[in-house]
Amino acid sequence: MKKYWKSTKELLELKNQDQVQKVSEPEFSFEGLTEGEVKSGVKANRRDFLKILGFSVGYAAVASSCEVPVRKAIPYLSKPEEIIPGVANHYASTFYDGHDFASVVIKVREGRPIKVEGNELSSITPGGTSARVQASVLSLYDGARQQYPLKGGNKSDWATIDKEIMANLDKVAEANQKIIILSASVISPSTKKLFKGFKTKYPTAEVVYYDAISYSAMREANKLTFGQDNIASYHFDNANIVVSFNADFLGNWLSPVEFASQYAKTRDLTNGRKKLSAHYQFESYMSVTGSNADKRFPIKPSDEKVVLINLYNYIAKKSGKPTIKVNRSPVKIDNLAKELLNNPSKSLIISGTNDVYIQSIVNAINYLLSNLGSTLEFERELLTKQGNDRDFEAFVKEMNNGQVGAVLMYNVNPAYDYYNSAKFVSGLKRVGFTVAMSQKNDETSSLAQYVCPDNHFLESWDDAEPYTGFYSLTQPTIRPIFDTRQAQASLMKWAGIEGDYHSYVQKFWEENLYEKQTEFLSFNDFWNHTLQRGVFEPGSGTKESPVYDFTFFDRAGNKLGEAEQSTGIEAILYETIAIGSGNFANNPWLQELPDPISKTVWDNYVAISPNFAEELGLEQDDVVKVNGGLELPVLIQPGQPAGTVSIALGYGRSKAGKVADGIGKNAYPLSQLKNNTRQYEINGVTIEKTGDTYSLVTTQTHHSMEGRHIIKETTFKDYKKDTKAGNEDHHELKDKLVTMYPDPDHPGASWGLSLDFNKCIGCNACIVACQAENNVAVIGKEEVKNRRIMHWIRLDRYYSTDGDGVNKDVESDNPEVFHQPVMCQHGDNAPCENVCPVAATPHSMEGLNTMAYNRCIGTRYCMNNCPYRVRRFNWYRYIDNDEFDYNFNDNISKMVLNPDVVVRERGVVEKCSFCVQRIQETKIIAKNEGREIRDGEVQPACVQACPTSAFVFGDKNLNGSKISKHFEDDRSYGLLEELHTLPSVVYLTKVRNTEETGNNNSERMRDEFAS
Amino acid sequence: MYNKDVRGILIKGNKSYGDITSEVLASQEKRAPLWWYFAMFVGSVMFLAGIWAIGETIIKGIGLWGNNNSVAWGWAIINFVWWIGIGHAGTAFSIFLLVLRQKWRTSINRAAEAMTVFAVLAAGLFPVIHMGRIWDAFFILPYPNTRGLWVNYNSPLFWDVVAISTYLFTSAAFWYLGMIPDLATVRDRSKSKIKKQIFHIMSFGWVGTAKSWLRFEVTALIVGGLAAPLVIAVHSIVSMDFATSVFPGWHTTIFPPYFVIGAIFSGFAMVMTLMIIIRKEFKLGDFVTDSHLEAIAKILTFISLIMGTAYATEIFIAWYSGVEGEMYTFFHNRITGDYAVQFWTMVTCNAIIPQLFWFKKIRKNLVWLFIISIIINIGMWFERFNIVVTSLSKDFLPANWVEYSATTTEVLIYAGTIGLFIVGVLLFMRFIPMMAMNELKMVNKETSIDKN
Repeated sequence: MKKYWKSTKELLELKNQDQVQKVSEPEFSFEGLTEGEVKSGVKANRRDFLKILGFSVGYAAVASSCEVPVRKAIPYLSKPEEIIPGVANHYASTFYDGHDFASVVIKVREGRPIKVEGNELSSITPGGTSARVQASVLSLYDGARQQYPLKGGNKSDWATIDKEIMANLDKVAEANQKIIILSASVISPSTKKLFKGFKTKYPTAEVVYYDAISYSAMREANKLTFGQDNIASYHFDNANIVVSFNADFLGNWLSPVEFASQYAKTRDLTNGRKKLSAHYQFESYMSVTGSNADKRFPIKPSDEKVVLINLYNYIAKKSGKPTIKVNRSPVKIDNLAKELLNNPSKSLIISGTNDVYIQSIVNAINYLLSNLGSTLEFERELLTKQGNDRDFEAFVKEMNNGQVGAVLMYNVNPAYDYYNSAKFVSGLKRVGFTVAMSQKNDETSSLAQYVCPDNHFLESWDDAEPYTGFYSLTQPTIRPIFDTRQAQASLMKWAGIEGDYHSYVQKFWEENLYEKQTEFLSFNDFWNHTLQRGVFEPGSGTKESPVYDFTFFDRAGNKLGEAEQSTGIEAILYETIAIGSGNFANNPWLQELPDPISKTVWDNYVAISPNFAEELGLEQDDVVKVNGGLELPVLIQPGQPAGTVSIALGYGRSKAGKVADGIGKNAYPLSQLKNNTRQYEINGVTIEKTGDTYSLVTTQTHHSMEGRHIIKETTFKDYKKDTKAGNEDHHELKDKLVTMYPDPDHPGASWGLSLDFNKCIGCNACIVACQAENNVAVIGKEEVKNRRIMHWIRLDRYYSTDGDGVNKDVESDNPEVFHQPVMCQHGDNAPCENVCPVAATPHSMEGLNTMAYNRCIGTRYCMNNCPYRVRRFNWYRYIDNDEFDYNFNDNISKMVLNPDVVVRERGVVEKCSFCVQRIQETKIIAKNEGREIRDGEVQPACVQACPTSAFVFGDKNLNGSKISKHFEDDRSYGLLEELHTLPSVVYLTKVRNTEETGNNNSERMRDEFAS
Repeated sequence: MYNKDVRGILIKGNKSYGDITSEVLASQEKRAPLWWYFAMFVGSVMFLAGIWAIGETIIKGIGLWGNNNSVAWGWAIINFVWWIGIGHAGTAFSIFLLVLRQKWRTSINRAAEAMTVFAVLAAGLFPVIHMGRIWDAFFILPYPNTRGLWVNYNSPLFWDVVAISTYLFTSAAFWYLGMIPDLATVRDRSKSKIKKQIFHIMSFGWVGTAKSWLRFEVTALIVGGLAAPLVIAVHSIVSMDFATSVFPGWHTTIFPPYFVIGAIFSGFAMVMTLMIIIRKEFKLGDFVTDSHLEAIAKILTFISLIMGTAYATEIFIAWYSGVEGEMYTFFHNRITGDYAVQFWTMVTCNAIIPQLFWFKKIRKNLVWLFIISIIINIGMWFERFNIVVTSLSKDFLPANWVEYSATTTEVLIYAGTIGLFIVGVLLFMRFIPMMAMNELKMVNKETSIDKN
C-alpha cells in the first residue's frame, strides 16, 4: 500500500511501524497476555501435555458415562409428492363401527393419522362429531388389537389360514350345511354386494345382522303399522315440539350427531331469531337428552306405555280414531296433547324402547299428528341399524341344534353383549367351523378357531350409505400397522373374487352410482372428486308417505294396551356417552371422559334417586347385588325416577385390553328378550346390600351453583319481552364499569370464543377433541380421584336447587340440569399472569394467555389465582411412566401425538391455548396466499368437534365477524366478569321454553306427578 | 435509667462477671446431659425422615402430596409461612427491644436470634422443594442470560425470594456479629488446642481493645438498624403472596399488619418455649427470671388481643362487602362447614387461651407458660391452614370445590423441618454461648440486686 508522509519525522515513524508489524505477526494475537503467559502458551511442555491429556480423558469418561439415547430419524429418500414435513394432509373418510356414523376428515401428519374431524360437506353430520368418533383415532394405535392371524389361538400366517378356511368352507358347502355370516349392521353397499358374491360361491351362506343395542322393534313396528320394513329418518329441525320417551337422541339414539345438529337449529336464538322449540322428555334414567329438556318427566319404564297410550287416546279422540283401553297416566298429559294438536305436522314423538307395541303407538301418534313427511319420512331410510333380534335368536337356536356348519363373525361380540351369552357360546361350540373377523381377540373372537384380524377403518377402503341415497367414502390414511387384513378382503379371497377391495368398491360405484350424477363426464373424475369431498348425496327420490294400518290394533288385541305390571324395582340399561355399547371400552380417553350427568369416570354403577336410596337404606359407594349376581356400587343420581335404577352398558369387559379389562361390570346379561325383541328395561329387579363399599370417582362433587350467577338462565316468555332477560347484572356492570387502567390494546387480531347455552347439549365431544389435539394425558382413576384430571376443557354440570340456594346440597328428585364448558378464559386482565415469578405465562398481542412450558418452574401460583380453575399441573411424569400405562407409555400409542403440541414435562403447568398452533397455521396459510384470515377460518379443536355449533371462535376486531356479534349479543356475559378479568370467552344466556325458571319449575312438575 | 421497681431484678444471684461467664458456658464445658443426646437422636431421625420424603418428592413428583387442581398449595406453604413467622422472634427481640431500651432482652436475644436462623432455614426449604421443577429453580433469580429472559417483578413470589434471602443473611450476620466477643471468651477459656484454633478463627482474632469495642458496637447498631425494617418487610411480603390474589379470604388489605403481628406472636411464643427449656435444663434461672417470662407473657396477651381483633375484622369485612364468595368462605367454609374445626382451633388457641395470662398465677406458673406457648404455635399453624386451604378449596365456581388432606410425604417433610430446627437448636446450645455474655455483663451492674 502506498503511504504518504508530511515530514521526515513521520517518515521515520512509518518505517518503525512497518518493522514492528513485521516482528509481531504470529498466527494468534497475544494482546493482553503477560510475557509468562505468552511463553507457556507457546511452548507446551510435558507437564502441560499430561495435564491436558488427563483432563480430556477424564472429561470424556464423565461425558460418555451419561447415557444419551440415540434416536434415529430417517429422511425420505424419495419424498412422496404430497407430504411436506410439518404440514398436515387431510383425507375425507367415514366413521362407522356398526353403531355410530359420521362423515369425517382425517388429519395426517407425516403419514400418521392424528386427529378425526367432522366433514362439513356432509348434510347428515355437517362438521359434527361425537366423543367416540373423536376418540376412534386412538383405537387405531391400540396395542390390544390382534396383530396377526390366529389359528386355534396360535400365531399363523395368512396363506396358511386362507388355504384351511377355504378348504373348510368348501367342505361345509359340500355337506350342504349352513354358512352364517354373523355381522353387525353393514351400511356399505359394496360390502352388501360382496356378501351376495360370497353367496354365489357358497350357496348355503346366509347373513345374520346382530346389534348389541338393538332397534329391531322399530323396524318391526314400522312393518306392521306402515308396511315399511325399515327405520325412518327424523327431522328434528322441522319440529316445534319434541316429545321423547327414553330416547337419548342427543347422546346415543340412532344418529345422535345428526339429531344434535338438527335440534340445535331449533334452539338457536342468535341473529335475532325469536323462535324456540319445546322439548319434553319422559325417561327412566338421567340422560344427556333429558338434561336439555324444557320439561323432564321421570317415569318408570313400565309407565312409558301407559303415558303413551293416554297421549294417543287424547289425540285419537279428536280425530275419531279407535282408542285403547288403558290405566290412568301417572303424569298429566292433557296440556301436552293440546299443544301437540295445535302444532300439526310440526311435532315429533319418539321412543327409545325396543318394544313393538310401544313403537306402534308412537307411530300412530306421529301419524295422527301428520308428522309423516315433515318431521319423519320413510322415503329416506336410516340404514345404520339393521340388527334383527328374531333372526339372531333363531340363529342361536340353530347353532345349539347343530344345524349350522360354519360361522364367520364380523365386528360382533355376542359372547360379551348378548343377553344370554352362555347359550351363544355353547351354540358356537357346536359349530364345526368358526372364523372371527374383528379387530381384537375379544370375548367372542377368542372362541373362534380362526381369527382373521380386521383393519381399523383408518387403514381401510370402504363406502357407506347411512341413508338411502346418501353415500360417504372411507379411505385408508395409513398402511396397516399390524399384520391385519380388512374383513372384506378376506371374504373376497375366500369367495374367490379377484382383485382388491379398493377396486371392488370403485367398480361398484362405477356400475351403480356414477349414473346418479350428471356433473362428471368420466368415472375417474367423479371418483376422485367424491373421494376428495368424502360424500356423495344424490338423494333418495320421493315416495308417498305410508298410511297407518289401524287394523294392527285388532291384530295386536289385548297385548297392545296391556301395561306390564310393575313388580319390585325396575331397572333400565343404557349406553353412556363415552363407552357406548362397549366397543370402545379399551380407549383410555373415553374411560376417563366424565359422564355428562354423573361426572363419574372409569366405572359403571347402579344409579338410584336420593329419596329411593334413603328408602332402601343405601348410600353412595355402597356395593349392591343386582338380581343376586351383578355386584355394583351405588351412585346417588337426582332425576332417577323413584322405584327404579339404571345401569350403564359397555363395561365389565374381560378381553378388550389393558385399559378396559376389569373396569366396571357387564350389565348386558340383565337385558331380556320380550316379544322377540331385546329389551333393556327390566321389571322386578332385586337390590341387596352387600355391606361392602367401593369408591366411585367423580370429577365434580358439589352440584349446586349456590345461587351464584354462573349459568344465567331465563324463560322464553321473558326473553321475548326483553332480550336482556336473565342477564341484567351483566348490562348493569357494563354500564357502570369505570377503571383507571387503559383498555387492553390488540392492534392486530383479538381472539374470542363464545358458547351458546341454548345449543350446548353437554355431549363431551369437545373434551375428547381437545385431548386428541393437545396431547392431554390420561392419568387413571386414582389420580382423578385426587382431583387432578388433566382435561383442558371441562364441562361443569349443575343441578338447580330446591332450597334457598345457599349451602344446600341438591336432593331434588327431578332437578334441572345445566352444562357449562369451561376452558381458559384468556382474560385480558388475567390474574394468573402477573403472579408468575418467572413470567412463564405472558399475554400475547392477540389477547391469548400463553404458556411457555420451558420457562415454567411449577410454583403453581397461577393455578391458585385462576378463579376458573382451568390450569392443570403435571403432578407426575405422565409419559413413559409405567405407573400411567395408558396411551403415553408405548411407542405405538404415542404415534397419536400431535407433533405441533409439546408433550409437557413433569412439574409444569398447562392449560387451554385456544389451539394456538391452529391459529399460527392459519396465519401462515393466509400470509402465503396474501390475504387476511377469514372469519371462521380458525377453529380450535373444541369448536370443530361440536355437533351443534355451540361454540363460535374468531377475531373480535374483524368487522362483522360472528364472534364480534356474539360479544355484542344481549345474552352474552363473561364468567366471573365482576372480578374484572376481562375474559375473551363469553357465554350466551340459557333460555328454556318454560314458564318459570329453576326452582319453581321442579315444584310444578311434582304437582303434575301428583295429579 | 433502669427502674428496678418496674421491671424487677434481671440477673439474680449477685453475680460477678466471672460467674456469668462460667455459668453461661457451663453447657459446653461440662458433659452434655443425657436428654440432649436423646433429643438429638429424635431430631436427627425426624430430619432424616424429612430428607427421605423430600428425595421422594424430587424423584417422583409433587403428585405424592395431597394437592390437586384446585388446592395447588397445601402443607408446604402452610409450613413455610409458619416457620417464617417463628423466624420473626429473634430479630424482633433484638432490634425492637433494643430500640425500646428494654434491658431484659439481653439474656434472651442470643437464643432468639439463633432460633430465627434455624426457623428461616426451615422455612426457606419449602418454596424450593415446592417447585414442580426444582432443577430449574435458578430461573427465579434475575441473572443475565443469553436467552434474554428476566424475572417478573410483578410477582409476590419474586418479592419473597428477595425478602427472605435478605432477611436470612441479615439475621445470620446480626446474630454472628453479636457473638464475636463471646466466641473470643470461649477461645480464651478453652484448653484444647483445636477448639482454641477454631474459636480463634470464628472470633476473627478479637482482642477486646477499646477500639474494637467501639467498632463492634457501631457495627451492631448499623446492622441492627438495617435489619429492623426487614422484620416488617419480610412477613408483609409473605402476606402479599395471598393479598395480591383475587381469592375470597386472600384478597384482603388487612394482611400485611395481620401477618407481621401473627408472626411476632408465634415467634415470641417459641422464644418462651425455648427459654423455659434452657433455664430449666441448663439451670440459668438467674438470668432468665420469672419476670422475663412474665414480660413475654404480657406481650403475648396484648398480641393475642390484636389477633382476635384481626379475625373479627376479617369476618366483619366479609359480611360488610356483601360479596357472595367472601361470605361463603368465611361463614360456610370457616365458621361453619368442612373446616370449622380448624377455624375454631385457631380462634381458641390464638385469641382465647392466651387471655389466661391476665391471671398473675398463670403468668407465674412455668407449666402453664410452657403449655400455652406451645398452644399458641399450634394455633398459628391452624391460622395458616385456614388461610391457605379454606380459600382454595371452595372458591368461585362450585364445580371446582374439593377437599384437601395432606399425605404422609407432606407430614414427613414437616417433621423433617422440625427435626432440622431441633438439631440446630441443640447444636447451638452445646457449641455456642447461649446468652450474650458481653451484653449481660453490661447490664449486670445496674439491674441486679446490690450492684448499683
